[in-house]
Amino acid sequence: MANDSRGNGASGDSQWPLWEVFTQPPNGAPHEHAGSVHAVDAEHALQNARDVYARRNEAVSIWVVPSSVITASTPEDMGPFFDPANDKPYRHPQFYKVPRGIRM
Amino acid sequence: MPASEQRPQEDPKRLAEFEARIARGESIEPKDWMPERYRKQLVRMMSQHAHSEVVGMLPEGNWITRAPNLRRKMALLAKVQDEAGHGLYIYCGTETLGVDRQELVQQLLDGTAKYSSIFNYPTLTWADMGAIGWLVDGAAIVNQTMLAKASYGPYARAMVRICKEENFHKRQGFEIMTTLASGTPEQKAMAQDALDRWWWPSLMMFGPSDKDSPNSAELLKWRVKQKSNDELRQRFVNLTVAQAKAIGLEIPDPDLQYNEETEDWEFGPIDWDEFWRVVKGDGPCNRERLAARRQAHDEGAWVREAASAYAAKRADERAPSAA
Amino acid sequence: MTSPVTGTPDVLFEYLLRLGDDRLVLGHRLSEWCGHAPILEEDIALANIALDLVGQGTMLLKAAGAAEGSNRSEDALAYFRDAVDYRNALICELPKGDFGVTIVRQFLFSVFSVLLWERLTSSANEQLAGIAAKALKECRYHVRHAGEWVIMLGDGTEESHRRVQAALDDLWRFTGELFLTDDIDRAAAKQGVGVDPSELQEAWRAQVEDVVRRATLSVPADVYMQRGGREGRHTEHLGHMLAEMQIVARSHPGAAW
Repeated sequence: MANDSRGNGASGDSQWPLWEVFTQPPNGAPHEHAGSVHAVDAEHALQNARDVYARRNEAVSIWVVPSSVITASTPEDMGPFFDPANDKPYRHPQFYKVPRGIRM
Repeated sequence: MPASEQRPQEDPKRLAEFEARIARGESIEPKDWMPERYRKQLVRMMSQHAHSEVVGMLPEGNWITRAPNLRRKMALLAKVQDEAGHGLYIYCGTETLGVDRQELVQQLLDGTAKYSSIFNYPTLTWADMGAIGWLVDGAAIVNQTMLAKASYGPYARAMVRICKEENFHKRQGFEIMTTLASGTPEQKAMAQDALDRWWWPSLMMFGPSDKDSPNSAELLKWRVKQKSNDELRQRFVNLTVAQAKAIGLEIPDPDLQYNEETEDWEFGPIDWDEFWRVVKGDGPCNRERLAARRQAHDEGAWVREAASAYAAKRADERAPSAA
Repeated sequence: MTSPVTGTPDVLFEYLLRLGDDRLVLGHRLSEWCGHAPILEEDIALANIALDLVGQGTMLLKAAGAAEGSNRSEDALAYFRDAVDYRNALICELPKGDFGVTIVRQFLFSVFSVLLWERLTSSANEQLAGIAAKALKECRYHVRHAGEWVIMLGDGTEESHRRVQAALDDLWRFTGELFLTDDIDRAAAKQGVGVDPSELQEAWRAQVEDVVRRATLSVPADVYMQRGGREGRHTEHLGHMLAEMQIVARSHPGAAW
């Protein structure tokens, strides 16, 4: 992302860019979104992420990604796949009656 | 900005859909449609919470350099560090609602944003560290356990993470109080004195009675809160009275009385004049807390600017021909 | 009492005390930032480093007390010794200053620390070798963090460049002490327990100069190096620091916390 400010105070006390943090726990599970941090570059973001989201050794791997490069679906995109319409109750687990005492 | 957010009247169909989602217990995520009022309430609530964590570092930070043994020193340092982390999680959660952390921080420093007024009380002895962990974190946990089921996804998730860490804080605080209460006569007196000073302000943390709280009804309707202030306060009192008795300290309330039927510890009247006075800015430390935050911010400006300037130079190097 | 050159418990006690005092004192100085750092992320980062250092200091003082054989716990050593009995290097006790001073001091000390811990992982004293292994991991991170900041601030704005250069210039005269060798160091090295710190100086200098250059800063000119910490002759700063640190513990002697 090109920035037309030069050093020497021109950039001012501005907000550092936002990065999303993904951490991977030690048990073989995949990376999971943990939250975000502000940092000026990737190395800095990684360090901040470690301090904020992994200081109790909860992660074996950390990914940081500038929030600006993440492309996300919109809730409308997800509708047909995840929002069962009212006229199709058979997609809900509750639709199937299971005899008492049986654990699913 | 979507047209729906600009209209003063919310689209009734979308509003109904939204409220149905809430009723079904669904999680509202950042990109979902939401009434502007919901968004505003959440920004207010979340940013206040984040500010509280940050200001909350100060009363305890006051004793890090005087902690009486190495284990307590490290535990207190870790606790205050956690609080900074909590502030950060919640600021980041608030940013998902389309507001910059910088803007929020400015509101805090301007004095236009609120934070929990418990942090406007001074920490006068080492025992205050015990009292704060036990009572203040204890009260926060009662509140946050409920908020972990809040309808707004990023807030609920931040709360889950925070609750895990805060349980350790409360246990630590109670352990400090226990040690003091069974220590030398001076230590026991120190502990009782801290309890005397922090008890009533902790009860005030739950906020005024819901009938006097303008935001409660809406927050309950939208499942941001699920319990009333009074319910949460009573839960906290019930838990804590038992704990105080267990370590031989006395709750400073002559009207405290157990109700066999309701199984509640009924307590005496809260001084709401004091509450509003502190909220409005006349507590013992309001000015000092803000002054400290302003000083940190002002003295750190050159550091933040330098980091931005450095990054800008590197960006220029990578794309020298870009406009 | 056996002579410092040959008596093992004496040597071990003194050697561990120096290592422990360096880290406890520096960790304490860093902890002063909590709630006052330039940005929330740094409140967390500095507290992390402080915790690591106080943790290392605690383990080292505990080991020192055990070596002394007089049953002085790490708390007894930390809270009931006067400044003249502290053995930290002077650079550790200097006030935190502005963020530039803190981060430059952290960088200079951490580069030294990593070099030291790398060697001490093969200490003949198993306990010290164990402490070294853990401390090494932590201190490598400290070097990265502090070094990154030195570069960002050196190559940031005119103001940050000026402040960090001033910090480097002011702190330089305290760096030599880290590499001084005396009878304790020689004895510890001879016993395979410790390291002669003068052996670390060249590598330290090379690493420091590399980062200073990348930060567009200048290495300060050679200057008389202040010393005395290892013999208990400290700056006036340590007395004030310890007065604050020790007040509660000393006000209730014998009490448990």
